[in-house]
Amino acid sequence: MNTNCETCPVHNLDNLVKLGVDMDGFDYVVALAGNPNTGKSTIFNNLTGLRQHTGNWPGKTVSRAEGGFKFSDNKFKLVDLPGTYSLLSTSTDEEVARNFILFGQPDVTIIVVDSTKLERNLNLVLQILEITDRAVLSLNLIDEAERKKIKINVRELSKQLGIPVVPTAARTKVGMEELLKYVHQVATGEYICKPHRIESYSKKMNNTIKELSNELKNVFPDLTNERWVALRLLEGDQTIIDSVRNGEVGNISVGSSNLISEAQL
Amino acid sequence: MSDTTVEKNERERVITIADTHRWELGENLHDSIIESIFLDASLISSKVVTSDSDVKRTGWEVSLDKIVTSRWLGFPIMFFMLAVVFWLTIEGANVPSAMLADLLIGQFHPMLKSFSASLGIPWFIDGFLIDGAYMAMAWVISVMLPPMAIFFPLFTLLEDFGYLPRVAFNMDKLFQKAGAHGKQALTMSMGFGCNAAGVVAARVIDSPRERLIAIITNNFSLCNGRWPTQIIIASIFIGSLVPSHLAGLASAGAVVGIAVLGIVLSLVFSWGLSKTLLKGEASSFSLELPPYRPPRVLQTLYTSLIDRTIFVLWRAIVFAIPAGMAIWFVANVNIGDLSIAEHFINSTDPFALFIGLNGVILLAYIIAIPANEIVIPTILMLTVMSAGIVDAGEGTGVMFELESIKATGDILRAGGWTVLTAVNLMLFSLIHNPCSTTIYTIYKETGSAKWTWFASLFPVVLGLVVCFLVAQVWFLFA
Repeated sequence: MNTNCETCPVHNLDNLVKLGVDMDGFDYVVALAGNPNTGKSTIFNNLTGLRQHTGNWPGKTVSRAEGGFKFSDNKFKLVDLPGTYSLLSTSTDEEVARNFILFGQPDVTIIVVDSTKLERNLNLVLQILEITDRAVLSLNLIDEAERKKIKINVRELSKQLGIPVVPTAARTKVGMEELLKYVHQVATGEYICKPHRIESYSKKMNNTIKELSNELKNVFPDLTNERWVALRLLEGDQTIIDSVRNGEVGNISVGSSNLISEAQL
Repeated sequence: MSDTTVEKNERERVITIADTHRWELGENLHDSIIESIFLDASLISSKVVTSDSDVKRTGWEVSLDKIVTSRWLGFPIMFFMLAVVFWLTIEGANVPSAMLADLLIGQFHPMLKSFSASLGIPWFIDGFLIDGAYMAMAWVISVMLPPMAIFFPLFTLLEDFGYLPRVAFNMDKLFQKAGAHGKQALTMSMGFGCNAAGVVAARVIDSPRERLIAIITNNFSLCNGRWPTQIIIASIFIGSLVPSHLAGLASAGAVVGIAVLGIVLSLVFSWGLSKTLLKGEASSFSLELPPYRPPRVLQTLYTSLIDRTIFVLWRAIVFAIPAGMAIWFVANVNIGDLSIAEHFINSTDPFALFIGLNGVILLAYIIAIPANEIVIPTILMLTVMSAGIVDAGEGTGVMFELESIKATGDILRAGGWTVLTAVNLMLFSLIHNPCSTTIYTIYKETGSAKWTWFASLFPVVLGLVVCFLVAQVWFLFA
């Protein structure tokens, strides 16, 4: 009687156990990032079973919210970050998001975008991909995009960005299963991302970044996002200069959560 | 030691290299980085997105936005929407309120009393628990639950639909003119739900100066805990000034008036602060309008009932129970011939009446510092007790059967309340210290005891001054 779809794990939310605020002994940390008002908190609630206040309202989440879920025998801790348009300015909400992705080193970052405004949302996506190599794109509000007759070539987008892309409609829980599947695959290393790096820099700029990131790699062998640190150094970002000067930037590794709390306030 | 010195030198060398390159790359580096990112984004987007129409927003959304954010219609529509929400709340809450009061106070309370009498529980324990704690809780539920259960879903539907950001859009120019950040329009709107949330939301503002202004003035947004006070007092006293078929409209109008006054005060004090204590230029900003989304009615009903109504009600009950005990205590423990409460009320009455309030209201606001939600029940209990309306109650400091909002009004009038008292209570409810949660949040967010004191005390002083002025004008004409 069962159709293929019903038994296929992708279409089966039975694999998902919502754990609410229970985050004990998690295997992976997953961050939710994206522009304001794209549905991050809705996805957060769908996965954790919590009821973080959502609303059609940019700027709902200003601090981090955390929850847990279990999928395919692995426990995940999910962190809902404030929505931001970029990671390059200095307001508190952007710093919370930036510092978490940088210092918290989540195992996977789910980047949530508004499918009806893909081009503008991509600016943040590209900045995040400069910092982390492990990300999954949630092409959210896909139902609204369809209503507005906007078509997105999901395969091509995934190829361009080098990460999995999943069309979702979080308000009606569409695409959550597939999103989880990819989060799981990226977390376990089954799916290796080849994240897009900015290509439009001038030649001079590219050479400088290369030179500086090589130098950084020599001094801090454990650093994973030396390109981004190099960029911030070139821009003269004082927090980053300080963390290079006192050597903290070299300590960035998975689970260095004490750094996050410092960086937060 | 030498090892760390080597490392240190290495790190400094990297920084020096970066410094040198920064000069070579020129000062437009930040812009050129952003340009490169934008260029990549548009290249990718052009490869993957195809759109049948060039119009990004559908026709009706654009037309609707033109209307609700138009220069002439924007504000009238905003006031009208608010008025409709309050009118529905006021008209709809009366009957269920009376039913709940009848059940919890008219029926359960005597049952509990006779039950405890049959067990032979001493009068002071029985009074403390049943006449104090239970009664305060019963009052909070019957007075606050119905208006909240109507108001919050309506408000959340407007929010879900996308109307609130339009309100902020209408307001942001005004805030910028006042020397504050345009985003303060957003934090102010969130304050209409809860001031503590509004204060936290001020994190979206970059400049510390503008953020502080937003935090200090957030208290002028009427919050969850204060809406019911406004709605009930307006229904009793303002509604009765006009023919009964217009009563609902008049009451709703009065509440809108107070809310709008709050917005005006917010603007005036933002302007004042940015010209005096917090001088500086306003940063530029453009607010983006989110799309309209069909409200999810059932989910909105569920979340607004659970997250907001039950949350606020629970908070009110938690604070009401100890407050009820405190009320019973001050009403029943005598110093000399009079209870503590009567001492306080008698000694503050001359001053309080002079500013158009009364001693009961002042005492209620002291007892209710933990939560604005319990102001009305506290005032009722204290009024009954101090006015000595004997035939209505069973003992001092006990609340009893009130069949409707009208009966509540009768009690208050018997306690010497006039329209002036009502107007000034509504004003004082708008302009007084933030609740304890908000004060704590302000401290956490600013990290400054000085600004926390300022944000807590200046509204009380302002409120007393406003009440005084209104009372003097009133006495002049009355």
